[in-house]
Amino acid sequence: MSQYAEGITPEIAASHLPADEYDKAVEILGRAPNLVELGIFSVMWSEHCSYKSSRIHLKKFPTTGEKVIQGPGENAGVVDIGDGQACIFKMESHNHPSYIEPYQGAATGVGGILRDVFTMGARPIALMNALRFGAPEHPKTRQLVSGVVAGIGGYGNCVGVPTVGGETNFHSGYNGNILVNAMAVGLADTDKIFYARGAEPGQPIVYVGSKTGRDGIHGATMASAEFDDESDEKRPTVQVGDPFVEKKLIEACLELMETDAIAAVQDMGAAGLTSSSVEMAGKGQVGLLMDLDKVPQRESGMTAYEMMLSESQERMLFILKPGKEHIAEAIFRKWELDVATIGRTTETGRMVLMHKNSIVCDIPLDPLAEDAPLYERPWKRAEPEPAIFADELSQPKDYAEAILTMMVSPDLSSKAWIWKQYDRHVMADTAASSEDPADAAIVRVHGTNKAIAITTDCTPRYCENHPVEGGKQAVAEAWRNLTAVGADPIAITDCMNFGNPEKEHIMGQFAECVEGMSEACRVLDFPVVSGNVSLYNETNGFAIPPTPAVGGVGLIPDLSKRMGYGCVAAGDILMVVGDTEGHLGASIYLRVIENREDGAPPPVDLDAEKRHGDFVRTQIRAGHIKACHDLSDGGLGAAASEMAMASGTGLNLVHEGDLPLHGWLFGEDQARYLLAVDEAAAKDMRKAAKAAGVPLHVIGIAGGDALTINGTIEVSIADLKAVNESFMPTLMGEAE
Amino acid sequence: MKSAVIVFPGSNCDRDAAMAIQKVTGTAPAMVWHQETTLPDGTEFVMLPGGFSYGDYLRCGAMAGVSHIIPAVKAHAEAGRPVLGVCNGFQILIETGLLPGALMRNASLHFVCEKSPLRVENANTRFTSGYATNRDVVIPIAHHDGNYFADDETLDRLESEGQVVFRYARNPNGSARDIAGITNERGNVMGMMPHPERAIDADHGGTDGLAVFESLLGSA
Repeated sequence: MSQYAEGITPEIAASHLPADEYDKAVEILGRAPNLVELGIFSVMWSEHCSYKSSRIHLKKFPTTGEKVIQGPGENAGVVDIGDGQACIFKMESHNHPSYIEPYQGAATGVGGILRDVFTMGARPIALMNALRFGAPEHPKTRQLVSGVVAGIGGYGNCVGVPTVGGETNFHSGYNGNILVNAMAVGLADTDKIFYARGAEPGQPIVYVGSKTGRDGIHGATMASAEFDDESDEKRPTVQVGDPFVEKKLIEACLELMETDAIAAVQDMGAAGLTSSSVEMAGKGQVGLLMDLDKVPQRESGMTAYEMMLSESQERMLFILKPGKEHIAEAIFRKWELDVATIGRTTETGRMVLMHKNSIVCDIPLDPLAEDAPLYERPWKRAEPEPAIFADELSQPKDYAEAILTMMVSPDLSSKAWIWKQYDRHVMADTAASSEDPADAAIVRVHGTNKAIAITTDCTPRYCENHPVEGGKQAVAEAWRNLTAVGADPIAITDCMNFGNPEKEHIMGQFAECVEGMSEACRVLDFPVVSGNVSLYNETNGFAIPPTPAVGGVGLIPDLSKRMGYGCVAAGDILMVVGDTEGHLGASIYLRVIENREDGAPPPVDLDAEKRHGDFVRTQIRAGHIKACHDLSDGGLGAAASEMAMASGTGLNLVHEGDLPLHGWLFGEDQARYLLAVDEAAAKDMRKAAKAAGVPLHVIGIAGGDALTINGTIEVSIADLKAVNESFMPTLMGEAE
Repeated sequence: MKSAVIVFPGSNCDRDAAMAIQKVTGTAPAMVWHQETTLPDGTEFVMLPGGFSYGDYLRCGAMAGVSHIIPAVKAHAEAGRPVLGVCNGFQILIETGLLPGALMRNASLHFVCEKSPLRVENANTRFTSGYATNRDVVIPIAHHDGNYFADDETLDRLESEGQVVFRYARNPNGSARDIAGITNERGNVMGMMPHPERAIDADHGGTDGLAVFESLLGSA
C-alpha cells in the first residue's frame, strides 16, 4: 500500500491533516485518500466541525430539563413555551471571517445562524449579536466596527428579521481577533419541528438555494487556525452573502415544511455539502450516493474537491420521502431558487461521490463521524488573584467627574450609533429592543399575549482573572437580565470564544469557564441547549481574553407585566436587592479610574442569585415594582445613571454605613438589582423580602433632574446623556 | 373594505401590512403575488409593503416597478382608487411614475431605524383625514434610501397643491424640505417612508399609524 495516492505529495497531505490524523484516515479507508477524500477528512475533522479539543469538556454542561425538547447536537436548541409552541435558538461565532472581511464576514454570520433556526422549521423572530472589538484607538478598530455593523444590518434588515439587542465591548485584547457572535431566535409548533436525523435508505437527496461557487473553500479550516501578519491574504476563504436569496429561502423552506415531503433537512454551513450530507447520513445511519454533475454550479470547470468544500451561502440539503420531489420543485421554482435532486440515500453506509462518470470519493461514513479525533489536551488552572476592596484604593478626588468618566468609557457608553442601523421593528412584535430601557429584549409571540425575552452576556475581564467565577457570572448575568424584565429564564445557548487550545493555560481557561458555567446552569435550572466553539482566536501568539458568550432566553407569560427601568417618577423609593461588600477587583471602576485590570472578580453566590431573582420576579408580577435594573458593569453608580437617563427623573442616593463610598457606588457585587418602588408598595415589599430571606436596602428617593449622592455629589441628567452618547460618534469620526 | 397587499420576492413588511389592514377594516387583505396580472375582483385598496423587493439590487424598487402586477396597480390608481406605498412601496411607486421625485441614499450613508417625530401637513386627504385633531405624531422609520429629492419646480408644486402630507420634525435622511410622504395630484396615491403599519399597537410602536388605515376606511 502506497503511503500517498497518485498526485498527493507529503506537503499536500500535511496541509490537510496532521500526521497522526492522516494515518487514521489511511486506516479507515484501507488505502491512501485521494484529494477529494483528504479534503473531506480535513474539514470534518477540523476543530470547527469536530469539536475535537472541546468535546470532553462540553459534556459537563447540563443539557436537559422539563422544558427542553432538543438539546445540543441538532442545528439549534428547542424549548417548550407552552400552548403547543416551541422557541428555537442558537448563537454562533463568525470571528475569523469578520476580521479578514468585516462586512461579508458579519453578514454571513447572520445568514448562517438564521439558517440554523429555520432549518428546524422555525420562523425566525429575532436576531441578537455580541461584538468585541479592539481598543478604540487601534488603527483597525474604526474600519472593523463600520464593516461589521453594516454587514449585520445589511443582512438582517433585508431578510426582515428584527435585530433587537446585543452587547459591544472594546478592549486591546481583541486588537488582532475581533469577535462577532450572532444569535437567532425562532418560533415553531412543537409538532412541526424538523431534524437532521430521520433519513432512511432509498430517499432522494435534494439540493436547494443558491448555486455552488468557489467561495469559502476551506473556511472551516481557516476558522480553526491562528492568524499571523499574512491573514489578510485569506480573504478568498470568506463567503459572500445574499440576504435576498436567504429571504426567499426562508419562505420557500417554510412552505415546503407545511407539506409532508421531508425526511430530514440540514443547512449547508461550515464545510458546505460535505458536512450537511454527512451529518444527515450519520444521524440516519444510511449511506449516500451523490452525482456532483447535478449540483447547481455558479461557474464551469469546478472540481469535485471545490464543490464538496465550497461554503457558498444560502444553500440547504433536504432528504425527501420518495416521490415527493415534485412538491419541492414547484415551491422552489416559484421562489426562483435552484432545486436539483443530486443523489439518494443507500444501504451501503458509505459516502460515494460521482463526478464526470467516475467515482471520486468512497468513504465509510461511520468511522468518518465516530473516529473523529478527540483530544484531552493538557490544561492548567489559572493562578487566583486577590480580591480588591475600596479601602485599598484612594477615593476619587471628584466623584461627579469619576461617574462621567465611567459613563463615557467604551463599555458603558451608549451604542445608539450601532443599533440605529438595525431594523428593530419589522414583524411588528418588538416590545423592547436596544433603544428601550430594559435589561433584555422582548419580542411578542405573534398573535398572543406571551413574549420571549432575550439577552446576551459575558464579562471577559472576569473570565480572564478567574475563569470559573467568570463562567458562573456570564450565566448568572443572563439569568438576572431575563428576571429583571419579568421573564422566567428557560435555557441558554453559548458561544465559546478562546485562544489556541494547544496551550495549557488557554485550555485551562476553557475548562474552567465550562466548569463555572455548568455549575451556574445547574443551580439556576438554566440548561444549555445549543452552542458553538471558536478556538484559535490568536494573532502572533496573543490570545483574546476568554469570552464564553451566553445567549439566554426566557418567557414572559403576560406581556402587560413586562418590566423595564425607564418608568421612574419623583417620589419613588429606590431600593437595592442584595448586599454590597464593594468588590472592585476586575471592575470597570478599576479599569477606567485606576487604569488597572487586576484582582479577583466578584464571587458569584448562586443560591443568593436564585433567591434574589425569584423574589424580584414575584414582586414584578405582583405589580409592586415600577422600574428594575440589574447591577453589573460599573455597579450602582452606572445602573443609577442609566435609570436616571432613561426616565428623565433624577435619583437621590444616600449612603450609610462603614463601606467607603467608592466601594458602595462602584463595587460590582453580584446578585443585585436596583428597584424603583411606589411608596405605598415599599412597606409590603420589605415584609416580603424579610420572609424570603432577601436583603432589601432603601437607598434613596427619585426626584429632580440629576443623580445626587448624599446631597453633596451631583451629576445632571443632561451631562450624563451628553457624555454617554458621545463615545461612538467620536470613535467613528461622526461627532457633530 | 376589500384590500390587496402586493407581495414581491424580498417584501418583508407584507405580514405587518396585512395585520394592520385586518385590525382596522376587520377583513384580511388578499396577498397578491407579483407574478399575477390582475387584482382580485372588487379590490378597493392596494398596498405596496416595505422590504427589499428583488434585494434592492439595481436600484430600490426598480425591478418591482416593472413586474407583472404593476399594470394592474396602475390601472387601479388611474381609476381613482387608493394605493398606499410604504418605504420600499414608496420607492416602487416612484419607479412606476405614479409619484414624482426620487428617493436617494440617506445623507448619513447609514441605514436608519428610529421612532421618527412627524408633522401631518395635510389632514385633508383620504389617507390622513383621521389626523385632523392630532397633527404631531411619532411613527417608526427603517430605511437606507429615504432621502427624497425632486427639482425645485416639482417641490414647489407639491407644496402648493397640498401633496406634501407628512414632514419630518427631525430630518433623519436629508430629504428635501423634510418630506416624509407625498400624494399624487389626484390624492389617491400616497407614498411615505415611515411605517404606519408598525404603529398600530401600544405594545409595539405606539398607535400613531392607525389613523392612516382608519382614514382610508372612512373614505371608502
